[in-house]
Amino acid sequence: MSVIDIVLEPLQYDFMVRALAVTVIAAVVCALLSCWLVLVGWSLMGDAVSHAVLPGVVLAYVVGVPFALGALAFGVLAVVLIGVLRGTSRVKEDAAIGIVFTTLFALGLVLISVVPSQTDLSHILFGNILGVSSQDVWQVGLLAAVALAVLLLKSRDLTLFAFDSTHAHAMGLNPKRLGWLLLGLLAVVCVVALQVVGVILVVALLIIPGATAYLLTDSFTRMLWIAPLMSAVSSVVGIYLSYWFDASSGGLVVVVQGVVFTLVYLFAPRQGLVAKMRERSAARA
Amino acid sequence: MTGRSAALEVRDLTVAYGAVTALEGCTLTLEPGKVTGLIGMNGSGKSTLFKSIMGVVEPQHGSVQVWGADARKARRSQSLAYVPQSEDVDWDFPLTVWDVVMMGRYGHMGWVRRPRHADRVAVQEALERVELTDLARRQIGRLSGGQRKRAFVARGLAQGARLMLLDEPFAGVDKRSEATIVGLLRELAADGATVLVSTHDLHALPQLADEAVLLLRRVLYQGSVEGALRPENLTRAFGIDLGGAA
Ligand SMILES: Nc1ncnc2c1ncn2[C@@H]1O[C@H](COP(=O)(O)OP(=O)(O)OP(=O)(O)O)[C@@H](O)[C@H]1O
Ligand SMILES: [Mg+2]
Repeated sequence: MSVIDIVLEPLQYDFMVRALAVTVIAAVVCALLSCWLVLVGWSLMGDAVSHAVLPGVVLAYVVGVPFALGALAFGVLAVVLIGVLRGTSRVKEDAAIGIVFTTLFALGLVLISVVPSQTDLSHILFGNILGVSSQDVWQVGLLAAVALAVLLLKSRDLTLFAFDSTHAHAMGLNPKRLGWLLLGLLAVVCVVALQVVGVILVVALLIIPGATAYLLTDSFTRMLWIAPLMSAVSSVVGIYLSYWFDASSGGLVVVVQGVVFTLVYLFAPRQGLVAKMRERSAARA
Repeated sequence: MTGRSAALEVRDLTVAYGAVTALEGCTLTLEPGKVTGLIGMNGSGKSTLFKSIMGVVEPQHGSVQVWGADARKARRSQSLAYVPQSEDVDWDFPLTVWDVVMMGRYGHMGWVRRPRHADRVAVQEALERVELTDLARRQIGRLSGGQRKRAFVARGLAQGARLMLLDEPFAGVDKRSEATIVGLLRELAADGATVLVSTHDLHALPQLADEAVLLLRRVLYQGSVEGALRPENLTRAFGIDLGGAA
């Protein structure tokens, strides 16, 4: 079988075309957002919000509204709860995050166990990319477009917030509002990625691409190109691998990203481990 | 003050972080066109004073006015620039010197912060004034301590602010960079701007500042630099006898 066959054969199935479309959309939006998350140091926040949407998804199925709506509501709820808990008690941020997201996630598990529904728990937890309906494609596409537009329009403000929020204050901007904007986007983007890799692995798409790009360049603008490209390509490779080897698609998407990260971590021209070791031994010689 | 408004007027400011009171009844007026040195020991509230002027911390009590206007309004009209303490900056951040200086222009730009010709010119000029033109494309972490400081001063210059706050700009800076920065600040003041600099370098104070403020939660002394360096005043501000060192 030729390479062309390997690439083209899956495309004769509509479900594969839809799967690839949603995967690329989610990979690109997640990767863009991850550039800021990694620099602000909010990776854990990504973890929290993505887990906290679980009860929202379950309730949405029960009530019969689009799952994105329920997920969004609980993503925002998690963010608000974390903010309130941190702001009104001496509990530190990481503890506040840990308490809120595990409790909401656990609530989701309880709901799933008592609510009679046709949906499979494993689909929510681990993604169901091969079962994406065309309605899902529209939902995901719409949310992704909104997130993308806001990210690109507010890109410079968000970077300012990440780099020097004190300076934002001095210029009369409101960094708090920018922080909330970033968190809101986080909730939206989690929903976008939910179907691809599931609640548990969303955080991978929100951290790995940004971290990988960060190791490859000193320019934030270039990060904003590298991260989505890396994310989209490795996600598509993951989906193809899952088709040909009949293995977990969400799992493979993340594994491929992890492999790419590892290669970059080892061999990046400047920040890579090998380059650093060579530099050090050159300095000693 | 005769008729025209003060550059900075801090009145009876009290700021606390939980149980720690960082400023208590701090009152301070700065006239236009002067460089003022802010002197005080570690923890005396220098950074806190800067942060309350910028609205980063909310005071429990008191008010801040900049150029006769409410501080919030002054910030919106780009009257205020800030050069942060080195420890507060993420030097690994993937931004170039040019990018950082351009951030000084954001308040002048539209909603999307797309730089226009005027913005690029302002950045170019600011970089020339701090002698960093050749390093404009360098990532900020790859600069020396003095160059880093100058990059942030350039950001304030590009912003065009008439009140410039600098938090310990001379920490970890060699004499040449220090002289460049001092020269710049003196030029700025000569152009009518007002500069407030916190520093631990008492030796350089006479060249740097027109007047000095001694801070220990509140203003202990405001006046001539020689007066501030008098042993009895330093003893009050630092709680120990520093007379010999100054
Ligand atoms: N975020 C904070 N939370 C709690 N206490 C704080 C905080 N920031 C400052 N403080 C306390 O407020 C007091 C004043 O601190 P500030 O940073 O203003 O001092 P400083 O004069 O800038 O000191 P330095 O010379 O070390 O920079 C100190 O006692 C400090 O411990
Ligand atoms: Mg300080």
